[in-house]
Amino acid sequence: MMDKKDKSKDKAYNRRDFINNGVRLALGVSVVGTAAFTLQRSATGKDYVWQIDPFKCTQCGRCATDCVMAESASKCVHAYDLCGYCDLCGGYLKPGAKLETGAENQLCPTGAIQRRFIEEPYFEYIIDEELCIGCAKCVKGCSAFGNGSLHMQIRHDRCLNCNQCSIASVCPSDAISRVPASEPYKIKGEFIKEEES
Amino acid sequence: MIKKNPHILLILFTLILLTGSYLQAQQRFPKPEFDSGYLQPNPTQPEPRAMALEYFDVLVLLAVLSLASWLAIKKRSRRGLLWLSVFSLIYFGFYRDGCICSIGAIQNVALSIFDSGYAISITALLFFVLPLLFALFFGRVFCASACPLGAIQDLLVINPISIPSWIRKTLGFIPVLYLALSVLLAATGSDFIICRYDPFIGIFRMDGPALMIFLGITFLFLGMFYARPYCRIFCPYGVLLSWMSKFSRRHLTITPSECIKCKLCEGSCPFDAIEIPVEQSYRTPEVSRKNLKRFIIYIALIPVLTVAGGWIGSRSHIFMSRVHPDVYLAELMISNPELREDEENLDIQAFLESGDTFEQLVEEAAVIRGKFRKGSMAMGGFVGLALGITLMNQVVFRRREDYEPHKGDCFSCGRCMDYCPVEKNVNL
Repeated sequence: MMDKKDKSKDKAYNRRDFINNGVRLALGVSVVGTAAFTLQRSATGKDYVWQIDPFKCTQCGRCATDCVMAESASKCVHAYDLCGYCDLCGGYLKPGAKLETGAENQLCPTGAIQRRFIEEPYFEYIIDEELCIGCAKCVKGCSAFGNGSLHMQIRHDRCLNCNQCSIASVCPSDAISRVPASEPYKIKGEFIKEEES
Repeated sequence: MIKKNPHILLILFTLILLTGSYLQAQQRFPKPEFDSGYLQPNPTQPEPRAMALEYFDVLVLLAVLSLASWLAIKKRSRRGLLWLSVFSLIYFGFYRDGCICSIGAIQNVALSIFDSGYAISITALLFFVLPLLFALFFGRVFCASACPLGAIQDLLVINPISIPSWIRKTLGFIPVLYLALSVLLAATGSDFIICRYDPFIGIFRMDGPALMIFLGITFLFLGMFYARPYCRIFCPYGVLLSWMSKFSRRHLTITPSECIKCKLCEGSCPFDAIEIPVEQSYRTPEVSRKNLKRFIIYIALIPVLTVAGGWIGSRSHIFMSRVHPDVYLAELMISNPELREDEENLDIQAFLESGDTFEQLVEEAAVIRGKFRKGSMAMGGFVGLALGITLMNQVVFRRREDYEPHKGDCFSCGRCMDYCPVEKNVNL
C-alpha cells in the first residue's frame, strides 16, 4: 500500500503523534485533577456573595468611594427592631438645617434619612435608598449616640458580585467577607455579634 | 507604687469596657411600646441574582465553546465566529458585566487550593476548566468567540502592524510573569490583581474608576495597531490556553485540504501567528551543528534558570509580602509608631478599634510572610523554568511544508481561512 519513503515519513509522524498524545493526556489529567482537587476541598461548592459584618464595621466611609460603581452598592439599612424611635437621631438632618462646620456635618449629607411622626415622642426613620450614598456618617452617629440600628449592608439588587470586591480589599476593619448566597444579609437583630475565636 | 499604677488603670479600663459592652447589649434607648397601633416595618432584603442563572451562564459558555469549535474546524466560517464573538461580548460582557470570567477564575482556583477556608463555586470552577479542555481538543476557540475581553479587542483591529518576532516573543513572556504573580497573590489571600487591573470591565459596566476606564480605552486604541494587546501582552489565562492548544487534538487549519503555498494567507493574520514553510534545504550541516550546540546549552540552562528564578523569588518575598494589607499595616506600625496617634490614618485607627493586640497582628503578618517565602520561591522557579523552555523552543527545528497557524499563539479567529483559495475537497 505504501512505498518505502512514505513509510519512513509515516513513522516519523507517528512518533510525534505519540508524544503529542502523551502530553495531551498529561495536560488533560492535570486540568481535571486540579478541578477534582478544588471541588473536593470545597466539598459543597457553595456560591458566595459579599456582605458587611455590621459589628466589625468602623464607618470609615470607604464604602462610598471604593465600590466599582459610581453609586456604591453598599448602603445604610435600618434595623427597626433596634431603633429607639428617638426624636434626636444621630443621622437625621432636619430639613432646613444649615450645614455649617459643626455637628450638622456629621449627619446625612444627602437627606436620605426621612422621618415620620408616630406618637409623642417617637419618630420612625426611613432610608431613601435612592439618595443614600453609603458614606456611613449616620451609622457613626447612631452607634455613638443611639442604639446602632442604622448600619451598612451591601444591597444585592445593586451589587455586581465582583469576583474580588473592591471595597473589601480596602476595608480597614476586614468587615466585608464572602457569605453563603443562601444567607446574603447580616441585619442587626437577626444577626448577632460573632464570638471571637 | 508608681509601678503599680498602670495595673490599676488597666483593671479600671477593663471594667469600663465590660460595663460598656453590657450596656450595648441592653440598648441605650429601649424600644418603645406604641399605643397608636403602629406596625414596625422590616428592612428590605433584595435577593442576589438567582443561582439558577449562574448555571445558565455555564450552559451558555458550553454552548458557545461547542459552536465555536464547530465553526472553526468543521464549518470553517470566519463570519460565524465573528458573530458568535459579538454575542459573547454582549452576553458575558455587557449583560453579565464581565464577571465571572475564565481569566479571573484562575485566582479562585488558586485561592481554593491554598486556603482551606475558601470554597470555590462550581460556576467559577467550570469557567476555569471548560475553555482549557476545549483548547486541549480544538485549540483556543475560547479566545476566538467566548471571551468578551478578546471580542471587544478583536472588533477594533483596524490596521494591525507586523511586529518583529523577537519583540513579540519578549512581550509574550510578560503573561507568564503575570500568571505567576496573580497566582501568588491569590493563593496568599492578598489580592485578585487580574480583576483589579482588568482593563475592559469598566467599559462593560459603563461605570468604574477613572483609571480603569482610561486603561481600557488605551488598550482599545493600542489594539487598532497592535492587535489584541491585552491577549498577547498580559492575559495570564492565555498562557494556560496556549499550553493546551499546542498539543490540541484538532486545530483550525488555514487550508481546507492541500496547501498550494500560494502565500495569499501570509499577511492575513493580525497576530503574526501564521508560520511559513521551512525548507528542508535550510537544514545544512552547519546550521544543524550550530543548532544542536545551542540546544544543548539551552537544555543545560533550564535547571540553572529554574534555580536562579527560585533564588530571586525567595529574595524578593519580603518586598512581595507587602502587598498583603496585614503585613503592610504591621510594618507601617513598627516603622512609624507615631502614626498610632494619626486620626487620619483609617487603617491604623480601625485596627486599634478592633481590639486585636499589636502582637496578634505581627504574628499574623509573620505567618503570611512565611507563605510568601515559599510561594515566591515556587513562582520564581516556575518563571525560570518557563523562560528556559521558551529559549529551548527557539532552536528546535521543525520541518514545515505548509502554511500553518502557530497552535500556541493562534486565537482561532479564522481570518486566514477566507484568504485561502483552495476549495474544500468534498471527497474528504
